[in-house]
Amino acid sequence: MTGLETEEILSAIVFYLLSGVVVGSSILVITLRNIFRSALFLLLAFFATAGLFITLDAEFIAAVQVLIYVGAIGVLILFAIMLTRRIQDPVAKSTTRSFILGAFVSAAFLFFLILILGKIYLPPFPETGADTEGITKGIGRMLLTYYLLPFEVVSVLLVGALIGAVVIARKEEARGGEPPEVALERERKDREITDSKPDGNGLEQNDRKH
Amino acid sequence: MASDYIVVCVMFFIALGFVGVALFVAKLVRPRRPTNVKLTTYECGEKPWGGAWVQYNVRFYLVALAFVVFDVEAAFLFPWAVVFKKLGLFGFIEMAVFIFVILFGLVYVWRKGALKWV
Amino acid sequence: MIAGWINSCYESIRNWWVACGIPLVWLDIIRAILLGIVLAIIVVVAVLILTYVERKVAGHFQSRMGPMRVGWHGLLQPIADAIKLIQKEDIVPEKADYWVFTLAPFVVFVPVMMVLVVIPFGDHLIVQDLNIGILYIFAVSGIGVVAILMGGWASNNKWSLLGAMRSVSQMVSYELPLILSVLGVVILAGTMSMGGIVEAQRKMWFIVYQPLGFIIYLFAATAEVNRVPFDLPEAEQEIVAGYNTEYSGMKFAMFYLAEYANMFIVSMIGATLFLGGWQGPLLPSPVWFLIKTGAMVFILLWFRWTFPRFRVDQLMDFGWKVLLPFAFINLLVTALVVII
Repeated sequence: MTGLETEEILSAIVFYLLSGVVVGSSILVITLRNIFRSALFLLLAFFATAGLFITLDAEFIAAVQVLIYVGAIGVLILFAIMLTRRIQDPVAKSTTRSFILGAFVSAAFLFFLILILGKIYLPPFPETGADTEGITKGIGRMLLTYYLLPFEVVSVLLVGALIGAVVIARKEEARGGEPPEVALERERKDREITDSKPDGNGLEQNDRKH
Repeated sequence: MASDYIVVCVMFFIALGFVGVALFVAKLVRPRRPTNVKLTTYECGEKPWGGAWVQYNVRFYLVALAFVVFDVEAAFLFPWAVVFKKLGLFGFIEMAVFIFVILFGLVYVWRKGALKWV
Repeated sequence: MIAGWINSCYESIRNWWVACGIPLVWLDIIRAILLGIVLAIIVVVAVLILTYVERKVAGHFQSRMGPMRVGWHGLLQPIADAIKLIQKEDIVPEKADYWVFTLAPFVVFVPVMMVLVVIPFGDHLIVQDLNIGILYIFAVSGIGVVAILMGGWASNNKWSLLGAMRSVSQMVSYELPLILSVLGVVILAGTMSMGGIVEAQRKMWFIVYQPLGFIIYLFAATAEVNRVPFDLPEAEQEIVAGYNTEYSGMKFAMFYLAEYANMFIVSMIGATLFLGGWQGPLLPSPVWFLIKTGAMVFILLWFRWTFPRFRVDQLMDFGWKVLLPFAFINLLVTALVVII
């Protein structure tokens, strides 16, 4: 067996292992009842995807995948779980009510995706001039020359996301979790009411009078 | 090159294996005498009151969101920084525009008080 | 010198391997496994030494002697501590999520080992000089954040979860200035590979060109490893022990190990990026690297006995409203200077 063959076999094994992890953990993400665990499996799927990028020699993309999806989006998702009210019982029933509708929508989406992917015209990628330094330099050069406009638009998009998030969070705060000033105010009022109640805790009332 | 990452992959499993061995060795040595009191949640010696899995403050989420945005931006800055010397003034202006747009977002969030941690 | 000897040994084994006709991949894998085991042992030993040094340094800062009982001047104290930790009972609270609780110590150790791959310990003493070196470090160390959240959530303890959330939001907030301060170095070096960055400092250390960047790095790195004055996640007066309140025995030891190893790692990265890495006259390169790393670690220890702890709102303000804008300014100024 020559070296080249072994490497090919090995990389095939690695590919199928990684894909298996991605597919398996993705299935677990949607089937597990425990929302925190399913979020963790989502992160595992992200991580394995980074491994797939590595097998494609796209090390920069892989690093960004881990940096952003595992390190940032992962934290965001886990924090979002802490924000929900019903993690008290983590085995909340996942409703299968809209299962058929969901299946239909996903199937339609897949169908159109295949349709579009066949038709779409992708402009041929210009020569990146990737040297021994790997693809990072190529990406940098392309971003700032050929793909300049999309690149600048990305920054606007990011700011849009940030502002949108703040606006929505403020609204949430106003509706559900009240902002701290309001909470303090309410607490103060509550205390006044209990204080003025005649059948309140006698001991406490005496304490307050001093 | 993908072959550079063989050692990274191996290191991943070495880390898992190291912890596994350590936990296993400790398992052989350590005592195991659980009692009900030992197994309760620690709450300063009081009887635990409710669980910990309750709703937490939205501000944690806002920090995470701002982090995602700036992290994506940082990811774009890396390839720029690597080739910056070759790009010269043009590259600087392009990135300055990019950074100032993001900074505008930061200032907005700041002014709106989303960064305030009361 | 030693590195050269090891490398020549490796070369001869490699030649023999090729002559035998076995694919080189297997040699790579065996080499990686051996290096990994060696590094894991080094991590444990280094952390044991660090715990001793920290207590001694703390002692002398406060006009005490520090540990004195076990061995000469308490030198065997870390070993005694390790033996004690191994013997401790491992308690998993009844209400905890057992699997996630057990898995968290595994995950917390992954970034520690993975980061060590790209650290240049000396001349040619680097496991694998990846092209994306420093970006790889940031990416991988992000996994540690997930481990902390896993531990905190699985404990089902209010202190643990609150500590974990505080810890994570702090680490996340300070990661941005950290990345931006490092980007200045990347601009100057024109590469992300750690070996390349050391090479670029042959004439002058980057701390000379990046004084502000170094200060930002120092603060942000201190916050990343949850050290004083940024140790709110473990503020014992408020939230007991933070995310590892419920951990005991070996699982706790793993969190502890990772925490101290991370202290070493940020010091090593700082030494590599700003202090010229392993370069220096006369002494062999690993010794220089050790001296510089030791200096960085000492600064971290010094901080602990100098600064009082931040309040949580001060902490967030400092990260987002002071360090982050300054890091942006530093980056833009660096870029400007480079093109002029």
